[in-house]
Amino acid sequence: MRQSFIARNPSVLWFLLALALFTLAVTVLSHLGLGLVSTSFVKTLGKTLCLCLIAVAMDVVWGYCGILSLGHFAFFGIGGYAIGMWLMYARTEQIVVASLVNAPLPPTEREVVDAIGTQIFGVVGAAEFPPLWAFAGSLPLQLMAVVLVPGLLALVFGWLAFRSRVTGVYLSILTQAMTLALSLYLFQNDSGLRGNNGLSGLQNIPGLDHLGQDVLSLWFFWASALALGLGYLLFAWVISGKFGSVVRAIRDDEARVRFLGYHVESYKLFVFTLTAVVAGLAGALYYPQAGIINPAEIAPIASIYLAVWVAIGGRGRLYGAVIGAALVSLLSSWFTGGAAPNIDLGFYVIRWTDWWLVLLGLSFVAVTLFFPKGIGGLFDYLVVKPVPDRQGDFGPDDSAWRREEGQP
Amino acid sequence: MTSLLEVSGVSVTFDGFRAINNLSMQIDAVGLRAVIGPNGAGKTTFMDIITGKTRPDSGRVTFGEANLSLLDMNESQIARAGIGRKFQRPTVFEAQSVRENLAMALRDKRAPLDVLLFRPGPDTETRIRAIADEIGLTDALARPAGELSHGQKQWLEIGMLLAQDPRLLLVDEPAAGMTPAEREHTTALLVRAAQDRAVVVVEHDMEFVRRLNCKVTVLHEGAVLAEGSLDHVTQNKDVIDVYLGR
Repeated sequence: MRQSFIARNPSVLWFLLALALFTLAVTVLSHLGLGLVSTSFVKTLGKTLCLCLIAVAMDVVWGYCGILSLGHFAFFGIGGYAIGMWLMYARTEQIVVASLVNAPLPPTEREVVDAIGTQIFGVVGAAEFPPLWAFAGSLPLQLMAVVLVPGLLALVFGWLAFRSRVTGVYLSILTQAMTLALSLYLFQNDSGLRGNNGLSGLQNIPGLDHLGQDVLSLWFFWASALALGLGYLLFAWVISGKFGSVVRAIRDDEARVRFLGYHVESYKLFVFTLTAVVAGLAGALYYPQAGIINPAEIAPIASIYLAVWVAIGGRGRLYGAVIGAALVSLLSSWFTGGAAPNIDLGFYVIRWTDWWLVLLGLSFVAVTLFFPKGIGGLFDYLVVKPVPDRQGDFGPDDSAWRREEGQP
Repeated sequence: MTSLLEVSGVSVTFDGFRAINNLSMQIDAVGLRAVIGPNGAGKTTFMDIITGKTRPDSGRVTFGEANLSLLDMNESQIARAGIGRKFQRPTVFEAQSVRENLAMALRDKRAPLDVLLFRPGPDTETRIRAIADEIGLTDALARPAGELSHGQKQWLEIGMLLAQDPRLLLVDEPAAGMTPAEREHTTALLVRAAQDRAVVVVEHDMEFVRRLNCKVTVLHEGAVLAEGSLDHVTQNKDVIDVYLGR
């Protein structure tokens, strides 16, 4: 008599349908079909899907588990750096090998590595590979790093924080401090990750040079859509059923859950680490589309934006997070990209590139005050709630008088 | 008969104030026990110590045949060992349905992975229904707990405790804010629950304690002042002085 997972969570099916339709529509409109959507816009949409995925993860950790993490964009960035190291190394290796092919003597392995080092680190005045890059030549190892580094960092950090029972705003500050420390470290030239230059040229995928960016952008778009679909399914499954019940209970009254016999810290750690891993994966898909990653991407402000997206979209429902992230990040690139027309008031010209942040701030305040459920909350109006037929009875209980028993 | 819970020589100080002062008490494995005392007597602190919320400065608290020391365990371990606690304010998870509240409390594995892979079997529903019948909330199983009346929330919380199937049940002022009819229901629930487990009720409503008809421990300034039947303790001179006399 137990219903299937989809039957119990119809919104998952609707979301996956919408995502499939969207992916199909973009594919048809792209260069493969009608050619109405430019390659750069396909990239923007693909990046947006990655942002939606990290927003879903943020919603699980904040909206469901009640941990306002201001560090999930750090995990996103770490995922990007991990894949970026391989992309940059392998790409530079190709260039170096190609340039040395006409040398009078065939280059030794050592010479090739040194030449790659000079190419990559010349910009920060170094030529040696730091130990951090030990596995940069191997795609499988760097892909493992995409998952393992954010996962382990979240595990260790979460274990220390949750074990000391740090909660609420103090936990947020702690996660923000972690993010800030990480980005400040990466800003240093001798951090081994090229300081504030970051990693660049990530849009060129080694071994796929014969394909143009128009093809690659679509591949990444599809991969991002697939990742978002799978991530959504994973989290929808995690938060349904008894586990979700416990996690929401932890959000509402942590102490009570402890007295029920659940080890609250393990649950928080599980959710924190799982969402960090997914954030890392989202970052690994995002940065090859963005082409460049630098420490500014990891700065705390990015994680605060993430919280704003989720709040505007609607905490505590996964599709709300997707709507918030997609809407706000697309609007943001529209306004800050100079595409939004300026408004001339006569005495003052509103330039959206300057005023967008003000608009975003105001809408955040407005949503918090007037629509605490966010944009996703609007879907509640679509669902017709059955109204119990109790016309004329004297109370809601069985023991109350029915209408026919009462005084005429 | 050996006792289920043994508290011996426990003291707690909060910023110089002695909330519990060399308290010793034994709870039998089966039956009701009422703990009464004026405000500030240390009733709630006593429960906090047993459930691991407060660490005492000195003393021993042991539980069960194996004499587990509860002071070395955290809250969730103590709960899994078989001690359930009901708070003064009804604390149910208001955003979730009555069924979800009960399902969460049902005695089952509690580790994250076990819970993640948990699939309710037919007997889960049977157990939930049995408890819902017991607390009179069968018709409300699908309703959000936040919609329930104050009394119903108290029963739901007692139901969650029964679902945990603890060996020792600590109940803090279960009758506060209830109508006379609701009190009667609550009394019956507690008396039935005490048929095969230990139930400790903290209360300062004498009328309610009288209806429970059980052994009474009077606390005063963090120590046991008197112990025995209600009639016995109410005739005790010390008790009259510190508690009833006011």
